[in-house]
Amino acid sequence: MTQLPTSTERKLGLVIDLDTCVGCHACVISCKGWNTENYGAPLSDQDPYGADPSGTFLNRVHSYEVQPLATSAMPHPAAQLIHFPKSCLHCEDAPCVTVCPTGASYKRVEDGIVLVNESDCIGCGLCAWACPYGARELDQAEGVMKKCTLCVDRIYNENLPEEDREPACVRTCPAGARHFGDLGDPDSAVSQLVAERGGMDLMPEQGTKPVNKYLPPRPKDAWQGQTDVLAPYLEPVAEEPRGFLGWLDKTLEKL
Amino acid sequence: MHPAPSIILFTTLSGLGFGLLFWLGIDATAPTGWVAFAFFAIAYLLAVGGLLSSTRHLGRPERALKAFTQWQTSWLSREAWAAVGALTVLGLYAYFLVFFDTQIAVLGWLGAGLAVATVYTTSMIYAQLKTVPRWNRWLTSVLFLATAIAGGALLSGRVSIAMVLLLIAGGIQAWWWQTGDRALRDSGTDMASATGLGKIGEVRAFEPPHTGTNYLLREMVHVVGRRHASKLRLIALVLMMVLPIGLLLVPFSHVFGLLAVISHVAGVLVARWLFFAEAEHVVGLYYGMR
Repeated sequence: MTQLPTSTERKLGLVIDLDTCVGCHACVISCKGWNTENYGAPLSDQDPYGADPSGTFLNRVHSYEVQPLATSAMPHPAAQLIHFPKSCLHCEDAPCVTVCPTGASYKRVEDGIVLVNESDCIGCGLCAWACPYGARELDQAEGVMKKCTLCVDRIYNENLPEEDREPACVRTCPAGARHFGDLGDPDSAVSQLVAERGGMDLMPEQGTKPVNKYLPPRPKDAWQGQTDVLAPYLEPVAEEPRGFLGWLDKTLEKL
Repeated sequence: MHPAPSIILFTTLSGLGFGLLFWLGIDATAPTGWVAFAFFAIAYLLAVGGLLSSTRHLGRPERALKAFTQWQTSWLSREAWAAVGALTVLGLYAYFLVFFDTQIAVLGWLGAGLAVATVYTTSMIYAQLKTVPRWNRWLTSVLFLATAIAGGALLSGRVSIAMVLLLIAGGIQAWWWQTGDRALRDSGTDMASATGLGKIGEVRAFEPPHTGTNYLLREMVHVVGRRHASKLRLIALVLMMVLPIGLLLVPFSHVFGLLAVISHVAGVLVARWLFFAEAEHVVGLYYGMR
């Protein structure tokens, strides 16, 4: 049913560290790989080797340039480049679920994952319109809505070694920028991380109450003068050229 | 938003069809016999034609019947029920009018109510979306209802009522455009809130996630044609309001009546094209677009 559960037993989700993400897009590729080969319709591509390729992805990485405001301490702050992976946020108040006319979209009571039952989906696209984050894409080959499943076919999969029972994007991230866990449990590692680093919601004014959290980039450190007691010994030794180079320098100066 | 022809046709034609059905339902001296047949045939062609056109927008039209199941939460599902309800009740009403010259007023009123409800549910499919601030207003429902009822009055040949209602519908359309231009700004959603990076400084989209386009950009970030929006608004208003009223002011003839209807439909089609083409979905902000 497309009525949202009043509460879920757990709130499984991702915590994405914008300070650590290096923008390598490995999570995009591993997501596409796992979700094409496993549960549900494959994520199709259209014209993949042609002039106008496009395809279905459940996770995409944007990059933003942020220009910090000038301060008296730092009159010309350097712009920061921030890589920004974005996938379904498994919202508590998921607008994509309630608009679904067929009941194909639902939010699970046991872990809060938002899923699509593809055999019920008529491909009307209304859920994609209702999502402010662009988390849902209508597969052009299959005609049904695709979205992040939080790798529901990995995290409970006892055929996989225990270390692989987490979403493919988390498992593959070489920078350790993605964390998976129960955000409903205040003692979980992900909840502690969110509390410690001031994890934030995207578009909080939309009222979707996303489960996934983003950790903001830390402020860039600045040059604080001497950094090491040995630093003075690394000063340049010869300030002025001497010997032949000194003679050449003076001669050329006089010409 | 992408202005899909199937959806533009659907909202325009079925709006007009249900508008006409509304007037036929509440008519104290409803037509009977062949005249009734002609009126109801036109109304059903428009309403059902529009509904069928909308199924062309579906990725899996063969499963369309499943859309009746979620009426408790989904406006699209409620629309399906309201449409089937209106068409069934008024079909029965029309059956007695056409074949028995008998008017069952209760059926007419019930059907008229359901016809209005159908147009309202259609409008709510758009007006419920917080993600499209231009649509997410009560005025959107007023606009759809006013347009449908004015168009229905015109199509049912109520000359003086139609002139007043066309004027009102045109006014609401202009008001909707005027206030809609501020909707995204007033919604409070911008790149800073979308990325959560606004606290650091000014956010600029540096690189999109992919070199080509994608479903989201095609569907939600349609910016082509917005350049001519103000001209198209004027054209729409002239066609849907000014010209039909002018044609109704001259002594009535069926030719001018038909021209007024054609002009009105063309105007509503232009307005509905703009309804989609001008609508900004907040997902565009992630791409630095509107």
